[in-house]
Amino acid sequence: MATWTWFHQLGSPPHAYRIAGRFAPWFGWGALLCIVYGLFGGLVLAPPDYQQKDAFRIIYVHAPAAWLSLSCYTAMAVAAFVGLVWRMKIAHAAAAALAPVGASFAFVCLATGSLWGRPMWGTWWEWDARLTSQLILLFLYLGYMALRSAHDDLQRADRSSAVLAIVGVVNVPIIHYSVYWWNSLHQGATVMKADRPSMPAEMLVPLLVMFLGFTLFQWWVLCTRLRAEILDRERNARWLQTELLDGAR
Amino acid sequence: MNQWASFGEWLAMGGYAAYVWPSVGLAIGTLVANMVMARRRHAKALQRALRRMAIDGNGDA
Amino acid sequence: MKAGDGAVPTGMLAAAAATFRRDVVLAFRRPGQMFQPVVFFLIVTTLFPLSLSPQLSQLRDISPGILWVGALLSSLLALESLFRADMEDGTLEQWVISGQPLAVQVLARILAHWTVSGLPLVAAAPLVGASLAVPATAFGTTMLVLGLGTLCLSGLGAAGAALTLGSRRASVLLSLLVLPLAMPILIFGARSVDLAILGEPTRGPVLLLSALTILTLSLTPWAAASAVRISLE
Repeated sequence: MATWTWFHQLGSPPHAYRIAGRFAPWFGWGALLCIVYGLFGGLVLAPPDYQQKDAFRIIYVHAPAAWLSLSCYTAMAVAAFVGLVWRMKIAHAAAAALAPVGASFAFVCLATGSLWGRPMWGTWWEWDARLTSQLILLFLYLGYMALRSAHDDLQRADRSSAVLAIVGVVNVPIIHYSVYWWNSLHQGATVMKADRPSMPAEMLVPLLVMFLGFTLFQWWVLCTRLRAEILDRERNARWLQTELLDGAR
Repeated sequence: MNQWASFGEWLAMGGYAAYVWPSVGLAIGTLVANMVMARRRHAKALQRALRRMAIDGNGDA
Repeated sequence: MKAGDGAVPTGMLAAAAATFRRDVVLAFRRPGQMFQPVVFFLIVTTLFPLSLSPQLSQLRDISPGILWVGALLSSLLALESLFRADMEDGTLEQWVISGQPLAVQVLARILAHWTVSGLPLVAAAPLVGASLAVPATAFGTTMLVLGLGTLCLSGLGAAGAALTLGSRRASVLLSLLVLPLAMPILIFGARSVDLAILGEPTRGPVLLLSALTILTLSLTPWAAASAVRISLE
């Protein structure tokens, strides 16, 4: 039962504000460390791939961005669900906080995928299964953010974008499956060869560290934007006065 | 650092420099942009909240 | 689920049937408006030969795409105003306080919309298909999958229309929301037509599309009902 008190405590804005504030520096510095180490390990230390030579190093930014864009959307949808069902405003704030960083990751995935594709396939764009489903995911993010800003009333914006996020997250596996199916029909296997899991350790470890680094970065952004959302939503609450005038940042 | 004969060779990335460096740069740039925008958002929200509290006065405790 | 005092309690299905009947009758009172999506379908599908090539052999190869993109865009036309009129005159509020399950009412509206906008597209499909050199043997499959696809679109569109109710630039936003979600429908539907043209068995994608339709019709009325409630608060 103690877990549920923790959950409900998180729903209280002052509590969430403080916790986010306390954890954010850890996430931020952790992210920086991981990304620096991961990039060093991937760009400097790791040996070149025997097929793709040094071009494969793009994976160190492309793969984490791909994974994070997907997990961010899922987190957004979970937060939206919690906000709708338990009527926790914090959850809606968290969903709003996650959207921009998730969309950014989707964009990075597409752009780096294109740059990776040029030397590998010879074209700047290829209707590869992964890139195509990332593109559709970016559209889903943009639609979510557009719906949010289209409603002037905050509560309506929160709740309708929450419904959209839930409908979207159910569609994500369907979209992935249908795009992979479509792609496999019309082309041979165009999977980028460098991301087969049997990578040697000097290649794999920096990649995993990059995944961790991007994840920590996402959590840092979530904490920071969530605090901003709380400040905007709780404008006249008394706890704000004590919190802010007490010299907290 | 043992596999690169020189700094120049590392920069050249086996001939793929035109693809690797923009990718890494774009990724880092996006992360930095996200960081800057998130901090700016927080700072503005903080300003607005403080201003609002100043207007309301310290009377309604 | 209670009705007002003194009123005769209405069953869920009877209420849904009443909504369906009302929507269809209202639509038939304006036959001009009813046929706009079909005319749009015909015009859009004409754009492709004009911009690409009059060669029938080439057109036949891309006809699944032309048919489906045309049907998608035509379906989007009638969707924005799906709830607006009822929102403005208070009928939507009556739905919510009536005690009838809102999702069932919305499903009735989705079916009515499909009957009035989607079915005419299905009926027009052989005509458009023939103009794109689709062999007559493929007409059956084409009509079937277009029927399923437009049904899904009515569902998705209802959810989108409810979400964008009362917001700015609703029609563009609606397309932005609905089209990415409609892409799997497009993929399976176009593939079915393609296989039918080649004379190959179409069971796989047709069954997948049917499964998608069932999923869509179970999920979207709930989503649209939630969205209607949200916009009425």
